Amino acid sequence: MNYNWNWGVLFEEQYLDWLISGVGWTFAVALSAWVIALIVGIMIGVGRTLPTKPIAHICAAYVELFRNVPLLVQLFLWYFVMPEVVSDDLGRWMKRDMPNPEFVTAVIGLGLYTASRVAEQVRAGINAVGGGLVSAAYAGGLSTAQTYRFVLLPIAFRLIVPPLTSEFLTIFKNSSLALTIGLLELTAQSQQIAEYTFQGFEAYTAATVIYVVIALGATLISHILEKHTRIPGYVGKG
Amino acid sequence: MISIENVSKWYGDFQVLANCTSKVDKGEVVVVCGPSGSGKSTLIKCVNGLEPVQRGTITVEGTEVTAKRTNLTKLRSRIGMVFQHFELYPHMSVRENLCLGQQKVLGRSRDEANAKAEALIDRVDMLAHIEKFPGQLSGGQQQRVAISRALAMDPIAMLFDEPTSALDPEMINEVLDVMVELAQDGMTMMVVTHEMGFARKVADRVVFMDAGAIVEDRETEAFFGNPESDRAKEFLSKILNH
Ligand SMILES: Nc1ncnc2c1ncn2[C@@H]1O[C@H](COP(=O)(O)OP(=O)(O)OP(=O)(O)O)[C@@H](O)[C@H]1O
Ligand SMILES: [Mg+2]
Repeated sequence: MNYNWNWGVLFEEQYLDWLISGVGWTFAVALSAWVIALIVGIMIGVGRTLPTKPIAHICAAYVELFRNVPLLVQLFLWYFVMPEVVSDDLGRWMKRDMPNPEFVTAVIGLGLYTASRVAEQVRAGINAVGGGLVSAAYAGGLSTAQTYRFVLLPIAFRLIVPPLTSEFLTIFKNSSLALTIGLLELTAQSQQIAEYTFQGFEAYTAATVIYVVIALGATLISHILEKHTRIPGYVGKG
Repeated sequence: MISIENVSKWYGDFQVLANCTSKVDKGEVVVVCGPSGSGKSTLIKCVNGLEPVQRGTITVEGTEVTAKRTNLTKLRSRIGMVFQHFELYPHMSVRENLCLGQQKVLGRSRDEANAKAEALIDRVDMLAHIEKFPGQLSGGQQQRVAISRALAMDPIAMLFDEPTSALDPEMINEVLDVMVELAQDGMTMMVVTHEMGFARKVADRVVFMDAGAIVEDRETEAFFGNPESDRAKEFLSKILNH
């Protein structure tokens, strides 16, 4: 193989700037989408476990819809189709005046998609707590909202720290799909560096290393979180 | 205080409770017993509205539990309940277990709740363990905490669903002792249990259930001395001869 290795290219000012900017956008998309995913995911996940049937059904429908349509298709739908199906004024605004449309679309698309996965984890966590404790909470005079707030959710969240970490990692990896709608995040910038310099190996290696570092960081945080939230002597529903 | 009138309940086609009628007066201790699956847990859960009934009425201190418009949350805050598997909040210390309802449901201040928690926990000899988590306690200790948690709400009556049947034999008495003391203090109690020694000692009446129906509902002495039904006789001979 006749390949001219040149790692130095990564440290040339222009390309280094691109990489840094790419990392910045990756973090911005992933973290913003994660906020949406958590807020919406918790609401949908809780909703699925509520005794009120219509709410539970609507939440179940949300999960099925967003979990089963491929993320790439969802991004295209939000980016290309959405402006055409909303009212003319809104559509025009989305296409012409909306600030940072690639970013906003990526955050919404990725956030709502990941929400469906977070919702499933939240639901599983709540179900794992067990009916006996719920009866005890109600018997003690707690309302439904208080039972969730003080008993079900605090226990459920502790149980789902590991799967939520894995969703958190996935959101970073999935944020790379935003390049398909033109967002210059990490993967897109690496691609661009590869095209400009013909040093594809170096560029993609840099991206890989950065994704791996992010993954290690998240895993570390997860371990710390797990340790601090561990319930002494508790092993969950037998 | 507690009155159960012609209560029937079904799970689908299966009838769990068949026309049950009984009552517990203020200060009375009523023991409910009967074979497994006879509907004892179901009956006691209907008393504080944890389970709905399809027919009949249950009233607690003038409040109709079975009426649609009844504020069940409020009613439950006045009735203590103790479960077979303790059901302490695992993520909270003993102290927090006792304070949660006091603060969030009764609106007591933190100091007030703490003082009450400490006094109650001291009464069951658990003060040294008050900062521990349920998972760090033995079954008997957990159940004593669970009783204290219910008492922290100043209940007008207490419901027990087989409070000692998940315990190792050597821990049963430490829990029964607390319950006996409670009964002697005049607490109104409805207790599902197979501890016939406890029943003999403190129960005013014994309710015997079989296949969802209340077969006998009699004064304790009469029940043990001379059970009327064959099913109660058979049950007693089984439970007393081992
Ligand atoms: N949620 C439910 N759905 C369907 N059937 C139920 C349900 N809960 C209880 N049952 C049935 O109702 C009957 C009475 O149950 P219950 O728990 O009240 O009995 P029990 O007298 O407390 O028995 P045990 O001594 O084993 O605790 C049983 O046959 C049980 O299988
Ligand atoms: Mg039972």
